[in-house]
Amino acid sequence: MLLREVDYARPSTVEEAISLLAGYEGARALAGGQTIVNVMKARAAAPDVLVDLADLAELRAIGFSSDGLLEIGAMVTYSQLISSSEVEVARPILAEVAATIGDVQVRNRGTVGGNVCVSDPTNHLPPLLLALGASFTIRGQESERTVAADDFFLGVYMTAVGEGELLTKIGVPPSSGAGDGFAGVTIGKHGTFIVDAAATVSDESVRIALGCVAATPVRATEMEQRLAGSDFSEESVRAAAQGLGASLDPPADVHGSAEYRRHLAEVSAVRAVLQAAGRRKGA
Amino acid sequence: MAAPASSRAIALELNGEQVEVEVPARRLLVHFIRDDLGLTGTHVGCDTGNCGACTVHLDGEPVKSCMLLAVQADGAKIGTVEGLASDGELTALQKAFNEHHALQCGYCTPGMLMSATALLERIPHPTEDDVRYALQGNICRCTGYVNIVEAVVAVGRGS
Repeated sequence: MLLREVDYARPSTVEEAISLLAGYEGARALAGGQTIVNVMKARAAAPDVLVDLADLAELRAIGFSSDGLLEIGAMVTYSQLISSSEVEVARPILAEVAATIGDVQVRNRGTVGGNVCVSDPTNHLPPLLLALGASFTIRGQESERTVAADDFFLGVYMTAVGEGELLTKIGVPPSSGAGDGFAGVTIGKHGTFIVDAAATVSDESVRIALGCVAATPVRATEMEQRLAGSDFSEESVRAAAQGLGASLDPPADVHGSAEYRRHLAEVSAVRAVLQAAGRRKGA
Repeated sequence: MAAPASSRAIALELNGEQVEVEVPARRLLVHFIRDDLGLTGTHVGCDTGNCGACTVHLDGEPVKSCMLLAVQADGAKIGTVEGLASDGELTALQKAFNEHHALQCGYCTPGMLMSATALLERIPHPTEDDVRYALQGNICRCTGYVNIVEAVVAVGRGS
């Protein structure tokens, strides 16, 4: 496919990348390209300038902040997540889920930052990072800010990252004894999710997030509250999920009616919570 | 600061040979390889990133060249199916594809070979599950995959 003509720049510092994004009309960040190149083929988006982040080594790092937060650079690929010893120690669910995204070739190029900034409702990482209580560091020309996962995803293809800004890293709290789960129903064995759910369960709290049921991932707050102090038996988790489907207004498409998605939301949430509860320390 | 431009002079290593050329920013890597360099072993199947016929190695790792711009490969080492055999001698994997009848029409074969070559470099003795996981991004519409998987497993077993 011949793409529409586009200008290309490959900055060598984050500051340079941000000033390019801010200084050129129609400029967009190019991370791994596993979404945007196809979107450009389909003429669904037509950026005038691509700012390639490939040379920004600082965005490719995985490490820990001074207060113990797992920090994942926006340009970290899924393959990097899968083989990271830091991820394995701090939050292995990230590697587990990344290993189910796309295929080997896509995982070698696709990035964590790209996955969340595309904010496609069927992407794996938005609900997972919402359940994990991740935070997103966004840098602009003047300042840097950190946005909680609850405030990051604004709509289909829309996030808190504004024009002339760049997502630089994602902070994930280490599990500290909490268990994490991820479950859903896909189109075919390795296909796109019809509905998915992520959960994290600790002695103090439960966080559950659903994917594919709205423009952005949805917290199942009522189910979370009903699970406070739960014994996490299958019976009690199923009981807590009652009414979750009815609280949603999911889209209908060729893969599933809205009613089916409401049903799958409860099924996925139960599976994710049971998996998470079974993995918490002392469970 | 380098201003954005509609083309870029890129330098990359392709199958061990240095290539320096100016390419339009919008040129896909697969078209650069096929049309500009004339290496037509890398195929365009779906052009949507699903089928894997365009799989090449970028710094040793399999990637889909229809989902990359040629300018993104600036500074990289690219390997294509033409670079597998040396002096007309097929690799063990290529021989195994022949012996196990791992192709019918052959359209997916270059991509299969590139994905499987990368797998064998990472896991020299893969199980059937390893092979199926590694080839998930490569679609074959002829064989039903059975003989392809057998061929790759056989290389690991040295048979």
